[in-house]
Amino acid sequence: MRWLREHLVALVGGVVLVYLFVPIFLVVLMSFNDPATRNVYKFDGFTFDNWLHPCADPAMCDSLALSVEIGLLATLVATVIGTLAAFALVRWDFAGRSQSNLLIFLPMAAPEIVMGSSLLTLFVQGGFAGQLGFMTIFIAHVMFCLSFVIVTVRSRLAGMDDTLEQAASDLYATPAQTFWRVTFPLVLPGIFGAALLSFSLSFDDFIITNLNSGSEVTFPMYVWGVARVGLPMQVNVVGTLMLVVSLVIVLSGEINARRRARALT
Amino acid sequence: MADAGRRRGLTAYLLMAPAVVWLGLFFVIPFYSLVAASLYDPGGSDKNGWDMTYHLANYWTAIENYWQPLVRSLLYGLAATLICLVLGYVLAYTIAFKAGRWKSLMLVLVIVPFFTSFLVRTLSWQLILADDGWVVDTLQFLHVLGSDDKLLATDFAVVMGLSYNFLPFMVLPLFASIDKIDPRLIEASSDLYSNPFVGFFKVTWPLSLPGVVSGTLLTFIPAAGDYINAELLGNADTTVIGKVIQLQATTANHPHIAAALSMMLMFLIVAMVLVYVRRVGTEELL
Repeated sequence: MRWLREHLVALVGGVVLVYLFVPIFLVVLMSFNDPATRNVYKFDGFTFDNWLHPCADPAMCDSLALSVEIGLLATLVATVIGTLAAFALVRWDFAGRSQSNLLIFLPMAAPEIVMGSSLLTLFVQGGFAGQLGFMTIFIAHVMFCLSFVIVTVRSRLAGMDDTLEQAASDLYATPAQTFWRVTFPLVLPGIFGAALLSFSLSFDDFIITNLNSGSEVTFPMYVWGVARVGLPMQVNVVGTLMLVVSLVIVLSGEINARRRARALT
Repeated sequence: MADAGRRRGLTAYLLMAPAVVWLGLFFVIPFYSLVAASLYDPGGSDKNGWDMTYHLANYWTAIENYWQPLVRSLLYGLAATLICLVLGYVLAYTIAFKAGRWKSLMLVLVIVPFFTSFLVRTLSWQLILADDGWVVDTLQFLHVLGSDDKLLATDFAVVMGLSYNFLPFMVLPLFASIDKIDPRLIEASSDLYSNPFVGFFKVTWPLSLPGVVSGTLLTFIPAAGDYINAELLGNADTTVIGKVIQLQATTANHPHIAAALSMMLMFLIVAMVLVYVRRVGTEELL
């Protein structure tokens, strides 16, 4: 009883953590499901078919390819221009700095449906109603990823000790050398994290994309479309793969950080 | 000489320019488009164009027809935020104070489930809560649910889905705040004979308030605008404002109604946030 009282909080905390994994467990399980019918979604039998034939529905793989393409492009652009802005905000003092911070904060605080419908209104008013598609999705994704990139890189930069840079310049490194040999490698993990976040935001977005995509279909839109008629089990394969890939990336980052921390001490 | 403080100069503007231009063109200007569209003459159409007649009555039309989904969205958002606060607080507290050397691993585990697609996760809940699923069967067997009761396609399922999907937005800021609390303060309160409950509400809770405020905002705002959970886990009577806006902006082709509803949703959220932040009185928000 006493033990229970002392560990109650940790116990409930553990239960909450397990709860977070309940649907994920199901996604992994269902990726090995051999469904009897397409409408009734139940575990009927074990099979590797879904993994061996991921593109049984070519429309799913097309949507996946589109999502990856947009995700990579939007991440590239958002990460580059976001990193530039983060440097300006941390390292420079300029008129309009606090207004810029506000401008960056607002997209993170605005509901997606409002951003999506206002962007659609702009495109329609600008006469692009017929041209909704790849370009408009790309524009929207860079827009909502930018703030997250800036905030992530900014916090990495702000938390950085500048003694190493001072040491470099004391040792007669030119500003360019200091930047590329000292500053940039130190900020790189932050930039990498920002890119990862940006890709997953872009890859997973539904509400804004659904309003601005015209006839293009991204992966979340494909899932939305088939949700009513019965989901192909391959969707769960994609879900599992996303989980595995991100786990590998996150854990290798964690291991790297531990190894570096150990090397420093 | 070493660089002291921030540099000055025009370079900063060059570095800022691309991001500011992008956000200006595709975040700020669209907002003006939205204001304009919400005042269109309702008699317009895509074929004949939309006249700007400063038709404020659009807002009235929108409220009259859609006040229910609007209120429902805010209520769902509030309920989900409260549930997230309770669950998230316990989890964040556990990670900060009880996890020991597993701290960073547990933090990673909080985020990992959210790397699978939002829609796939929500559909997974559809399966768990299904009428003939084992959860419903078990609850019926235990007589928690009557034999005709169900979980899927109810308000309960929608709120559950929302609180599941936005939980990390609550846990991470809460953890950041709780982790900064010096555990000696809590020990001191129990040394001074406060019972654990009093100790919690007088020491831990007030010190974690910045995390509570940013966590609740990060959960409430997206939850109030979301329509994925209401559509996949709810029924025809759980339509939320996000879905109405989506339909009005596309299929129904009423940009003025979609715009008016978006404006009102935005306004209501901002108003609630302001009242809330003023009452809790934190300045560490930004």
